[in-house]
Amino acid sequence: MRGKVLVILCAVIMISATISITIFLGSKGLQSFIKNGVSLIEFITSTHWNPTNKANPEYGALPFIFGSFAVTLLSALVAAPLGIGGAIFMTEIAPSWGRKILQPVIELLVGIPSVVYGFIGLTVLVPFIREHVGGLGFSLLSGTIVLSIMILPTITTIATDAMSSLPKSLREGSYALGATRWQTIRKVLIPAALPSLMTAIVLGMSRAFGEALAVQMVIGNVRNLPSSILDASATLTTIITLNMGHTTYGSVENNTLWSMGFILLVMSFAFILLIRYLSSRRKL
Amino acid sequence: MKSKTADRIATGVFVAIAIIIISILVGLFSYILVNGFKHISWEFLTTPSSNIRAGGGIRDQLFNSFYILLITMIIAIPLGVGGGIYMAEYAKPGKITDIIRSCIEVLASLPSIVIGMFGLLMFVNITGWGYTIIGGALALTVFNLPVIVRVSEDSIRNVPRDLKEASLALGITHWHTIKTVLLPSAFPSILTGIILAAGRVFGEAAALLFTAGLSTPRLDYANWNPFSDQSPLNIFRPAETLAVHIWSVNTQGLIPDVEAVSNGSAAVLVISVLLFNLLARWIGRIITKKMTAN
Repeated sequence: MRGKVLVILCAVIMISATISITIFLGSKGLQSFIKNGVSLIEFITSTHWNPTNKANPEYGALPFIFGSFAVTLLSALVAAPLGIGGAIFMTEIAPSWGRKILQPVIELLVGIPSVVYGFIGLTVLVPFIREHVGGLGFSLLSGTIVLSIMILPTITTIATDAMSSLPKSLREGSYALGATRWQTIRKVLIPAALPSLMTAIVLGMSRAFGEALAVQMVIGNVRNLPSSILDASATLTTIITLNMGHTTYGSVENNTLWSMGFILLVMSFAFILLIRYLSSRRKL
Repeated sequence: MKSKTADRIATGVFVAIAIIIISILVGLFSYILVNGFKHISWEFLTTPSSNIRAGGGIRDQLFNSFYILLITMIIAIPLGVGGGIYMAEYAKPGKITDIIRSCIEVLASLPSIVIGMFGLLMFVNITGWGYTIIGGALALTVFNLPVIVRVSEDSIRNVPRDLKEASLALGITHWHTIKTVLLPSAFPSILTGIILAAGRVFGEAAALLFTAGLSTPRLDYANWNPFSDQSPLNIFRPAETLAVHIWSVNTQGLIPDVEAVSNGSAAVLVISVLLFNLLARWIGRIITKKMTAN
């Protein structure tokens, strides 16, 4: 009996943690609109971010919202083919030895802490792009590359699970009809696993959207909307990371940072809903 | 013939992708280890860091990282394993279980910076503690709990049904069965999962920036009184961990040897995480061997 009370207590703690995070971040995140009178429309559509201007402070967070979505989408574009390709390599091309090599590689990639990715991005990638591609080096492109590598393991792992859980009969049926391996993969296996593969990509994107320090170290953190992929930019997470420490708690600027945090929270709910929708469409 | 050529090209592309992934890893690891090993020395590991001058070490940061990990685990393991037991043994399919599952999913997918902000609000401002080790550990608990719950639930579910049914048939109560039959059999996989989670906690920085802070007071390692301000064991002091240190010297540091310090710290961090991984595999293998041999 005592044991049962104890384990139920654990469950209660988990529910209350989730609820209190939502309520606390929600109420704090809405304060800038309710208490400080910042216009929500201005916040999400204006590109002018100038909270320290005393006479005429401007709170347009669009450049950061845009930056977050841009690095997320771009890194998914890079990481999805690599991750799904890696998964297909492990399950279809070389199931025996390929998996033995690639599986630990993926696990080790997960283990590298995000600051280390950021640091290597800062010391290797940024100078490389500055010298060989152009621009300052601190750019959307650097952020995208760092994030792609960071979300690669997520996508690969889930895509591998998806591919290997497909029933054997699918492959055998297709081969029996005389299809080549590529035809089987393209026309049978990928369509069959599509909802799960999409889930893998969405999970990767949700990780990219919320990643803070690694991106912050390479993206440049400027308040302007980038006009090319080589321009420095900023994301919601990087602005929060940079400014949370040295703005006064309770000030308007500080409250707008909480609003950005609230956007992150809402987006992570949105990603969960998207994943639920995708898994309800799973056919096999 | 045409479809055969396409097949060959496709195979080539997949092999190329695999090679790209492997070379990314090899490149990253060799960069970290080659550059890092030059800077790792006994002195580097045992001198305190410096804010202005070159030649600082990472003594306090290293200690803080392990200490926060320890405190986090002391809080998160009982809660997480308890939650796992609940999900595997007590939760009946239905609305409440669905809600709990959604909560776990939400907690697991929250960005760590959001958890850091929640920690700042909850454990720094509302409690009035300021930046503390306990605040950092509680934030990391939030971040770590869903992982441990999932691992424990899966491990307990994977225990063969016969074992549980035999125990219940002997008239042993449910809780006693959990304690004496299910948990011991699930122990190896729970432990492996926890060690892997520990590796993640060890490298986490974003959730700690605003909860455990960016500074460490002057520590006196001879002072073991956990209530003293200078004691390393005091959980109500700010503590910069190794991962946070790498970030802070690179973004706001004034020391001239930023690269050396960060290279060394990055290598120590990655090696530690690697050791956690190896340890997890090794312990898992040994225990499974012991249990199956008996």
